[in-house]
Amino acid sequence: MKNKEKKLNKFKKSVKKLLRLKNLKKYRNDVYKKNTSKPKVSFPAFGSYNVAIAHIIEKGLNAEYVYGPETTKRTLEIGSKYSPDFVCTPFKIHLGGFIEAIEAGADTLVQFGGVCRLGYYGELHEQILKDMGYNVHFVNMANIEYYKPLTVYEEFKKINPNLDIKKAVQATLTALEMVKVIDKIEDYIRQNVGFEVNDGEFEQLHKDFLDSLESVETKKDLKFLYKLYMKKFKNIKINKPEKPIMVGLIGEYYTIMDDFSNHNMEKELAKKGIVIKRWMNLTNSVISPTRDETVTRIKNYVKYDMGATAMYTIRKAIDYAKDGCSGLIHVKSAGCTPEIDSMPVLQRISEDYKIPIIYFSFDTQTSDVGINTRVEAFYDMIMMRKEVEK
Amino acid sequence: MKKAYIGVDIGSISTKGVIIDEENNIVASEYIWTEADPIGAVKRLIATLKENFDEKKYEIVGVGTTGSARKLIGSILGANIVKNEITAHAIGTLSLYPDVRTIFEIGGQDSKIIIIDDGIVVDYAMNTLCAAGTGSFLSSQSKRLGLEVEKFGEVALKSKNPTNIAARCTVFAESDLVHKAQIGCKKEDIVAGLCKAVVTNYLNNVGKGKKIVAPIVFQGGVSKNIGVIKAFEDATNEKVIVDPNSHLMGALGVAILSKKAEPISFDFNIEEVVFETKGVECNGCANHCERICVYRDKKLIDAWGNKCDKGAIKISNN
Repeated sequence: MKNKEKKLNKFKKSVKKLLRLKNLKKYRNDVYKKNTSKPKVSFPAFGSYNVAIAHIIEKGLNAEYVYGPETTKRTLEIGSKYSPDFVCTPFKIHLGGFIEAIEAGADTLVQFGGVCRLGYYGELHEQILKDMGYNVHFVNMANIEYYKPLTVYEEFKKINPNLDIKKAVQATLTALEMVKVIDKIEDYIRQNVGFEVNDGEFEQLHKDFLDSLESVETKKDLKFLYKLYMKKFKNIKINKPEKPIMVGLIGEYYTIMDDFSNHNMEKELAKKGIVIKRWMNLTNSVISPTRDETVTRIKNYVKYDMGATAMYTIRKAIDYAKDGCSGLIHVKSAGCTPEIDSMPVLQRISEDYKIPIIYFSFDTQTSDVGINTRVEAFYDMIMMRKEVEK
Repeated sequence: MKKAYIGVDIGSISTKGVIIDEENNIVASEYIWTEADPIGAVKRLIATLKENFDEKKYEIVGVGTTGSARKLIGSILGANIVKNEITAHAIGTLSLYPDVRTIFEIGGQDSKIIIIDDGIVVDYAMNTLCAAGTGSFLSSQSKRLGLEVEKFGEVALKSKNPTNIAARCTVFAESDLVHKAQIGCKKEDIVAGLCKAVVTNYLNNVGKGKKIVAPIVFQGGVSKNIGVIKAFEDATNEKVIVDPNSHLMGALGVAILSKKAEPISFDFNIEEVVFETKGVECNGCANHCERICVYRDKKLIDAWGNKCDKGAIKISNN
């Protein structure tokens, strides 16, 4: 009798296993589209970093990366159409970007997690896309716990189940290095682009540089390219005064890094011959985070953890004021709670250090007129101050 | 022949123009409605300015434009300076009140606060996303109450007990106003309540976090409303200065700024010239930038609106 039960249980187990395998196969079929091609993966537009993400996907996970088209008014339009109205703007841009990536042939979409509403983006995006009838595979990196590498592996496996772990690790490390290189180059650009003698040289070279990163295989290639391009950048003729005007850019993570979201704020400032200081980038915030240091640096103003980028915003506002910036520009998407929380503190800093700050909340408006008026007035104000100081 | 300068401040509701001499004295001025036709308005403006001043005595060597249509009008008038309204207002006010510390400005479509220290602008703010606390809100409510907006201030002053009206948002304010009227509040109390609501909204939104220090100068179209002036004085406990030319400050400021720019020659006879604008959508990418082309007698004189060089429109100079 007991034997019979044991046999039955064994049988049940094997059936379950079989079913699971079958499911897995079905799932793989979905991903691979008849098992022949690689998954076509895409990620939302994110500053200049998509080339690094593409490196992980292609070189590390042996999948194909699909670059969505550049973010445009259309992206925002379709994104807003299917998003909840009061959600933060990056959500709308990402959703629009996902739809455009699907149109461009992507079948696997990756969304990242974060410490604010960003942590819920993935789940909601997946549901909305499903409701719209798109049959895509969605990988939500919000499940990752950074101090547990195994969770990263689990998510990577969802992108490509047959991944080679050694390759994946190698590619990730190279990609992180790539991010650092991108940030270093862009720091140099922000310092100097406002003073180029021939218009557009920096922008063109920056594009070439990002294109060249697509061919990187190893860290060695990266080092070579960095040296090569840094030299090229330094060869661009500039006409920089000894004490140029400096303006600090602070604010919410995505908006500050995405030119489309901040209405090309950096470009507008550069046109006026200003050095732009922007600490916020992937290197400083994620690769070598300085959270504990930040907490002590701002303890005169802030007692509790404020979440997301609010504390970095405050810290850098203080730093820039001390470094002799003539003004600060705070950018955020409308309704970004952590950054709204930072604003009363910024007003105090503005008073304490006698530094003017202007605040921009961006939503789905596409006209630049109001923004240009305010930036222009800000510039005039700085110049008036400078003249008096002389 | 003495040198003179024209300043034009072209807003959403009204168009203001001044002609000043070398010493910043206003020799001619005009204030008319824009009526959503900035080009037509500016033609009328220039024609009246011409009538009101002595062409034999003065020669125009500078034209400045400011206000929300500054770019369009700037290219039509061939202005030598086009400036944002914040700077223009500050410069205009400072020329008359060098000690001013705070400027309140409430116009038809927007409102701003400018903080000044030692004769320079140190901080400013401009309203965003909200029409409560602007002139157009007051004029739409005056229609609802069956009053002329010009009489609003007088009526408000009669009130001894202003009604509280929700100031946060025009939509709420309007429904609150209707409720208050229907339960039998007096009209003058409602009007005074509205003036108070505009001030509360302004101080809570535009003036949020700003230190308001006297002397305070109040300008823009709404500064003609004595009810709002009183509400401002009650709220700040300070005297609020309103210049007789408070509506012209932007125009005055930009006229002063045009003195520093490269001199130009100016022809008053633009009434007969046909100016046309055409919106041309760029098909370079999915952004579809809407570009505006400005034609003078069928000849393209200016174009803007493209975000990148792909959409640039070439203007030939001959």
